[in-house]
Amino acid sequence: MQTRFQGRVWTFGDDISTDHIIAGKYLGTTDPKVFADHAFEAVDPTWARNVRPGDLIVAGTNFGCGSSREQAPVALKTLGISAILATSFARIFFRNAINLGFPVIECAGLRDLVKSGDEIDLDLAGGEVRVPSGVMLKFTPLPPNVLEILEAGGLVPKLKKELASRAR
Amino acid sequence: MTGQTMSEKVLARASHTESVSPGQIVDGDVDLLYMHEMLAMALLPFNEIGTMKVWDPEKIVVTLDHWVPPPTPEIAKMHQSIRDFCRKQGIRRFHDVGDHGIVHQLIAERGYAHPWDLVIGSDSHTNMVGAVGAFAAGIGATDTAAVMAKGQLWLRVPETMRVDIHGTLGERTGAKDVILKVIGTTGDDAARYAAVEFTGPTVKAFPMNERFVLCNMTTEMGAKVGMIAADQVTKEYLAHTGHRFEAIGSDEDASFVKTFTFDVDGMGPQVACPSNPANLKPVEEVEGTKIDVAFLGSCTNARIEDLRIAAELLRGEKVAPGVRFQITPASQIIYRQALKEGLVEVFMDAGAMFTSSTCGPCFGGHLGTLAGDEVCISSTNRNYPGRMGSPTAQVYLASPWTVTASAIHGEITDPRKA
Repeated sequence: MQTRFQGRVWTFGDDISTDHIIAGKYLGTTDPKVFADHAFEAVDPTWARNVRPGDLIVAGTNFGCGSSREQAPVALKTLGISAILATSFARIFFRNAINLGFPVIECAGLRDLVKSGDEIDLDLAGGEVRVPSGVMLKFTPLPPNVLEILEAGGLVPKLKKELASRAR
Repeated sequence: MTGQTMSEKVLARASHTESVSPGQIVDGDVDLLYMHEMLAMALLPFNEIGTMKVWDPEKIVVTLDHWVPPPTPEIAKMHQSIRDFCRKQGIRRFHDVGDHGIVHQLIAERGYAHPWDLVIGSDSHTNMVGAVGAFAAGIGATDTAAVMAKGQLWLRVPETMRVDIHGTLGERTGAKDVILKVIGTTGDDAARYAAVEFTGPTVKAFPMNERFVLCNMTTEMGAKVGMIAADQVTKEYLAHTGHRFEAIGSDEDASFVKTFTFDVDGMGPQVACPSNPANLKPVEEVEGTKIDVAFLGSCTNARIEDLRIAAELLRGEKVAPGVRFQITPASQIIYRQALKEGLVEVFMDAGAMFTSSTCGPCFGGHLGTLAGDEVCISSTNRNYPGRMGSPTAQVYLASPWTVTASAIHGEITDPRKA
């Protein structure tokens, strides 16, 4: 599993809902590209075009609140966002992201230290993130059972592996 | 052993242990898994996991609610894939278009969820079902696929937050006003990862339809579940199922992470203003705001009792010129009941539109979405930007009383004066 991520940041505020991330009118498909193309359209219609693979999202509290739509993390992962760091996450969004093998990290204080366009350096294994001023922020590592899913590359690969080992 | 809260009791039972404590991770045996169109999104991961068969077709309920009837060929195809899957997997409780309902309402009214059950639903408002004394939590597509394969879900045992409500509400004020007040006071993430339990004389006096409203919108507090002790009211509501009833409640010495006490004596209608469910104002402060649309629908507030309220106010009145008032019942059972009681005729005489049951307008999916800058007052549960259509539309959340009174006057109206 990749544990070092260096990339450009997009910042968002508090209470970013799944409605902000991907609007309900685009959910009538199972095509991830549709979700990606319209990600954050309600906030900035050009956003999805300007994102580059490897970019990171830094947000405030309660990121991903609202609906259980997994299309929200799917949209961001499909665009190539490598990780999301927020002060806190809504519970279903958090589970959905981890289940997709998409790193989501609770990191208090980071939101105030960076602005969109900054480069940050995330060390998932070491539990720290470096911001442009050189400040190194520590965050609480993910709980072991959650880390296990992430390390397997998501819940599906984890369950497949479990089934295979049981069959053996 | 110290006392357990009701959410801890259900998780202990579901994970076959004596007791559990907050923060602990448990694997819970799921008593009921229910799904709507998210099943179409879960098919890919389910097929990839490779168990081929669901763990127990008798513990699964499926209906179609988000896009009924299907507004595009692609969605019609999604419905087909769900229909095929249910047939092949032997899921008998598949409620197809015509027999459908917004899934949480369908589960409640058909008595599919019981006290002590671990209920998992593929939708954030699964919390609603906790009003019967179940631990009912929402999940996404991949977790749904995993539950279909294993019949189990890992859960972090939540801390329990108690919301204790006292007092007799003012006229034309109900559970929706109470929960908006709670969310407006605590914030839209005060209960993140927590269980919310409603207690107090006001809650005990609420009939089930009002209890569902409270639990439904614990989602807008960030809660994992909302629960209410199962009592005589619950028992009577579920009596038609013939299922054995077993009461549940928190122990007296159970520990709560926090208790909020609300005195709602004489409280009037409340409104959540754009664009956050916690952006609360008493109706007096937003009275006179012109509206373009009024919507009475969704899992939150479109039960027969809500439709009766609308009819009571609409009888002999007209919807204001230039306003479209849409009423969408939460299920086909409610639709039929509204027909029987003559409510539909009242709606039509008043110039309101009555549709088949769907989630459509609530999430901006179809069957009535909002244009840019349109102002809507809605009995639904969320008003984040773009929720019901255009990102510049303005959505005010309120009770069926306030929504209907506003539809008649063309502006946000205090229903006590209507």
